[in-house]
Amino acid sequence: MSFSQASENARASVSQEAAVLQVCDLRVYYDTPLGAVRAVDGVSFEVYQGEVLGLVGESGCGKTTAAMAVLRLVQPPGRIVGGQVFLNGVELTRLSEGELRRIRWRELALIPQGAMNSLNPVMKVRDQIADAIETHEGKQPARELKERILQLLATVGLPARVYNMYPHELSGGMKQRVCIAMAIALNPPLIIADEPTSALDVVVQRVVGETLLRVKEQLGVSIILIGHDMGLQAQLANRVAVMYAGHLVELAPVLAIFSAPLHPYTQLLIEAIPTIKQRKPLKLTEGLTHDLRNPPPGCIFHLRCPHAMDVCRSEKPPLREVRPGHFLACYLHA
Amino acid sequence: MRGLTLGYLVRRLGMFFLTIWLGATIIFIVPRLAPGDPVAAMVTRLQAQSGYVEGSAEMIEAWRARFGLDGPIYVQYVNYLRSVLTFNLGFSLSSFPSRVEEMIAQALPWTVGLLSVATIISFVIGNAIGALLAWRRTPAALRAILPLSFTFTSIPFFMLAILFIYVFAFGLRWFPPFGAYGRGLVKGFNWPFIKSVVEHGVLPAFSIVVASMGFWGLGMRGMMITTDGEDYMILAQAKGLRPARIFWNYGIRNAVLPQFTALALSLGGIVGGSTLVEYVFAYPGMGYLLYQGIVNNDYTLIQGIVFMLIVTTATAVFIIDLLYPFIDPRISYQKR
Ligand SMILES: Nc1ncnc2c1ncn2[C@@H]1O[C@H](COP(=O)(O)OP(=O)(O)OP(=O)(O)O)[C@@H](O)[C@H]1O
Ligand code: SF4
Ligand SMILES: [Mg+2]
Repeated sequence: MSFSQASENARASVSQEAAVLQVCDLRVYYDTPLGAVRAVDGVSFEVYQGEVLGLVGESGCGKTTAAMAVLRLVQPPGRIVGGQVFLNGVELTRLSEGELRRIRWRELALIPQGAMNSLNPVMKVRDQIADAIETHEGKQPARELKERILQLLATVGLPARVYNMYPHELSGGMKQRVCIAMAIALNPPLIIADEPTSALDVVVQRVVGETLLRVKEQLGVSIILIGHDMGLQAQLANRVAVMYAGHLVELAPVLAIFSAPLHPYTQLLIEAIPTIKQRKPLKLTEGLTHDLRNPPPGCIFHLRCPHAMDVCRSEKPPLREVRPGHFLACYLHA
Repeated sequence: MRGLTLGYLVRRLGMFFLTIWLGATIIFIVPRLAPGDPVAAMVTRLQAQSGYVEGSAEMIEAWRARFGLDGPIYVQYVNYLRSVLTFNLGFSLSSFPSRVEEMIAQALPWTVGLLSVATIISFVIGNAIGALLAWRRTPAALRAILPLSFTFTSIPFFMLAILFIYVFAFGLRWFPPFGAYGRGLVKGFNWPFIKSVVEHGVLPAFSIVVASMGFWGLGMRGMMITTDGEDYMILAQAKGLRPARIFWNYGIRNAVLPQFTALALSLGGIVGGSTLVEYVFAYPGMGYLLYQGIVNNDYTLIQGIVFMLIVTTATAVFIIDLLYPFIDPRISYQKR
């Protein structure tokens, strides 16, 4: 594995003390007629200043749900049933709608999973970016606003003509970069990027990946990077959190995750990647073995784990720091 | 990029004339499908019904002169097209020597005035109610009350109108029960006349609005629910926009698009009048005229009204085609 020098430097500058975001025991359930789907079931992690935290796991393991819960945008029938989210010390789950609105985008922006449909089809790109700016900073002088938006577009490598275009006139990669430009418009300390490169072809994936890297290095913003794209994770992430069926099973520096994963599920994930360079969505031969409405007792992974022991079937392993900075929820490597 | 091109304009205009030509041709063909002289047949039928038709001989003559009914069919057709395209719609069968275009010209302003105002009010109110019903942030109390406004839509219209006349005209005496303006007023741009016209219009307009807004409301509600689930609505929330802004600029702005097509079509159909409303309120508009044409077997009058309808509907479609790219940027003048 080789990383660019620049990103290596950026990784080193991560401050371990200053946590931008703290998520504690977050639980998000979707109410269905057949019982609650426990999409996120007791997840805790921190995001440090200036770091990129990768969040990986199979489709349906609850990555988007966790991210939307942090933004307090879980769509019904989903709801946050427990846990706390601290953004720079402010507990988001307790805020009123009005208080939350003032924090949104200014302090916490989103690059959504479905960038294809995330732009309002009847508004020009410039108006959608201006909307975000003027909502939080008040009416701006027209000239300055225009210059600022053009600057944002340039930062993500888009030509100035995009300023006056409608979303349907843009390619998928361009829309994705408009979303990135919008996310950095207010210089927020934290951005959640939900699969920013999925649904793009390989060349465009690389461009968007490089755009994110540039944003990260220029702005020093913290990013939660959700996605199966392990190549992108290797390129951008400082640390990687691995989710399985609504649980966080391992969280470690990116090198440790790739070269010495400890959790049996992470090992399976890493083995499934042909090479780091190859950007393919993760696809394991077997998917979830249990219904999220009805999780097994004990370790969430024991139905699929090749190393399962008796204790795994009865008691849930807590997430513990087994090595400095390396967190694991498994009875192995105790 | 989305500028109006000459090619587009020509194509749309072509469509416009094609529609009118086809409609006029169908009107020409239908009465000729029956064997015999259509005019003589109609007059005979009328005579059989009412015993005697005043000036029937002159009428038949006038028709022959207009159509050249003795000539070959293509000569008739060309003559017919020429007269119809110059809005020369012939004599009314039931009130000869009145000309159909004159009768229409008398009735048209009443209908257009009443129905366009009523349709637009109904469109605005109906869409607002539908959107609010679908909007998650609408206060629960409002959401509980709003559907009541749609129950009127399910009451048969004439019952509603009769109820209104009973309550507001005979009971409360707020508004006159029928007609378009008071007796003995000088028609024109003077205050007593305008006041009287407005007073006479309120009840019919109100009935139309109440009876039709459910149509707009239910359509809008469905569109708004779909729109509310779109990714851009979630991103708008993530951006911290004010709910009112999301509601208008992201929600309604998208959900209302299909409604505009329906609005254009219903505005285009206005000249057909609202027969039921105009009948119940004895309002001297196109609907009332059409009613008279039907009960009197006045085929030329009906024909004339149908032709007007074809023309205005084609015009409405033409206009919406020109305007649509402005309200929905995804539709361009290039494609289609
Ligand atoms: N509206 C809903 N009703 C019921 N269950 C839901 C709903 N939305 C999501 N879920 C369930 O919640 C779980 C987590 O979904 P989520 O979208 O967070 O997964 P994800 O990890 O983001 O997947 P992907 O990689 O495919 O985006 C899934 O198992 C899904 O079936
Ligand atoms: S706790 Fe047990 S079952 Fe779970 S991953 Fe570790 S070894 Fe496997
Ligand atoms: Mg997802």
